Amino acid sequence: MAGSSEALIDLTPAMNLEPVPLLDWLIIAPVAWCILVGTVLLMMRKNTAQQHYVAIPAMGVQVLITAALLSQIVINGPTTMVMGRWLPPFGIAFTVDMLGAVLAFIAAIVALACTIYGVKDVNSSGRRYGFYSFFFLLMAGVSGAFLTGDIFNLYVWFEVLLIASFGLLILGSEKGQLDGATKYAFLNLVATTLFLIATAYLYGIFGTLNMADIALKIAQSDGTLPLNTVAGLFVLAFIMKAAAFPVNFWLPASYHTPRVVISALFAGLLTKVGVYAILRIYTMLFSLQREALEPTVNIDALSFVVAIVACLTMILGAIGALAQTNVRRLLGFLVVSGIGVMLMGVAIGTEAALGGTVFYALHSILVMTALYIAAGMAAKLCGGAEDMTKIRGIYQKNTLLAAITLMLFFAVAGLPPFSGFWPKLMLVKASIEGAPWWAPFSILLTGFLSTIAVGRVWALSYWKPVDDDAKNSPHDANANNALGASEFVPLIGLTIIVVGVGLFPQTVFEIAYQAAEQLVNPTAYIESVFGSEVVE
Amino acid sequence: MEAWMAVVVGALFSVSIYLMLSKHIIRILIGAAILGNAVNLLIFTNGRLTREVPPIIGVDESVLSAQAANPLPQALVLTAIVIAFSFFAFLLVLGYRAYQELGSDNTDEMRVAEPVDDQTPPLGY
Repeated sequence: MAGSSEALIDLTPAMNLEPVPLLDWLIIAPVAWCILVGTVLLMMRKNTAQQHYVAIPAMGVQVLITAALLSQIVINGPTTMVMGRWLPPFGIAFTVDMLGAVLAFIAAIVALACTIYGVKDVNSSGRRYGFYSFFFLLMAGVSGAFLTGDIFNLYVWFEVLLIASFGLLILGSEKGQLDGATKYAFLNLVATTLFLIATAYLYGIFGTLNMADIALKIAQSDGTLPLNTVAGLFVLAFIMKAAAFPVNFWLPASYHTPRVVISALFAGLLTKVGVYAILRIYTMLFSLQREALEPTVNIDALSFVVAIVACLTMILGAIGALAQTNVRRLLGFLVVSGIGVMLMGVAIGTEAALGGTVFYALHSILVMTALYIAAGMAAKLCGGAEDMTKIRGIYQKNTLLAAITLMLFFAVAGLPPFSGFWPKLMLVKASIEGAPWWAPFSILLTGFLSTIAVGRVWALSYWKPVDDDAKNSPHDANANNALGASEFVPLIGLTIIVVGVGLFPQTVFEIAYQAAEQLVNPTAYIESVFGSEVVE
Repeated sequence: MEAWMAVVVGALFSVSIYLMLSKHIIRILIGAAILGNAVNLLIFTNGRLTREVPPIIGVDESVLSAQAANPLPQALVLTAIVIAFSFFAFLLVLGYRAYQELGSDNTDEMRVAEPVDDQTPPLGY
């Protein structure tokens, strides 16, 4: 009986009966590799002296995997792999387009820099409590979020990276860390729960969780679906993750408390995952609807709210940075300010604006990580002080570090010829064309305020010479020997990329525009999931 | 049935939001736990609540009958329960450790990371 009923069932509409092409495994490889290495590092958690011999080469492999994936996407366009042989929309699909691939690649580069910096920054007790394991699990979550094509799966990757980030944040269990982590943990938990609520409503409306399938169903709908409500919930959840005003307060409360390498990684990656999710969901819900892509000043209500939020975020972030003496807290406010600039591109929603957002995200990942590393090195030269009034005379103590930091400060403020200039240029141009006057104005004002904020740090802590009586203080005596290759290699590497992107922005321009083009017109994305006959 | 569940979910949401507006970590914790359960019920209700129709595909059918409950939200709830549970366990320990270290569960008094007497940056060179 069982055998005969099995024979009746035709599996071809539901299942993929051919083996997965070998190159498609690249799609899942960044996630699988990180989980595998994280497990291995967990097994050798007691060999604290050997862990980085595994972790650094493994992260190098991660960079190679994501680079290979990116080159595949550049050549072939968006690619999909479906888990468990189920055909979409039944199986969980990993769909990679240009945006996901390039973000995963940059994330891997930044993580490699942090792995190297972590060799000296994390002591053996931190390693025994799983620094490198958490690090790789965080990377698995981040890569999974960038690569997945399924909304519930995106939620799961968010939770993976969140729980790993909790572990990293409280590593060391100091008072300030527990205080910061409490605020971080509760607010992020609320944000992911909001995300889950929005996902539930989305499933209730469409009966599917596959992003390409949802985009198709929206295109076929008659326009009566309550999309604005769902999109509003998603946006609230993701701006909370991305730390945009008015839900940004967890970030400056917590990012200066853990070890430098951990805050460098968080500042680079975690908020950008939120921005990525907004980009993805927003364009999925609205792209095929927005037929007219001509620049227009009349943006819809939700985009208007996002634009206001973006303006407030960038200006208040820059003002917050002006008010700080602790350098790492100041940088935290600059992260927030950058999120505002990226959100402005999302609100405008034209191809040029989204391209600017993607470019800015790439720039921000690199520069913020490098800045936190540089701030950590400056603090090390001054006996661990992080206060602007206590870090003194870095130019005298280490000219190279001071020069690199100045370049990074210029980059984060958006001055040419560094990487921050070009995306700001793109966004200002796009917002002059497609948004009210206050949008380009606030981007320029933010650049001005951030220049003052970082310029003051450089003038006071780096350029100003040390007073004679302070020069002979005990912790300055051996400070010059404190910095080694494991600190300078990641910093110089990241700075070379920042300067290189600033001088030769053409490649990144093309990648960013291609990513934006695929977001605005997701036909290729949908075709990669369902095959070319679905979309006509 | 679904309408009543919607009322229950709404009540749970309002209770949890009220609790999370409190300054005390322990109340926020209970609020977070209730919030997780409210979301789980919301997803569960999404998939149709019924016990009259067994989820069995007949011999000459290829899909479930329209009255049967949708099993996918139930699978989602399972995942969400596990995640919410583990997060709650972590937050419980974190809240307790913070209480031990900082001597207070009042978030107004937890000012180690952001000190009250924070100086303003110097105004001159």
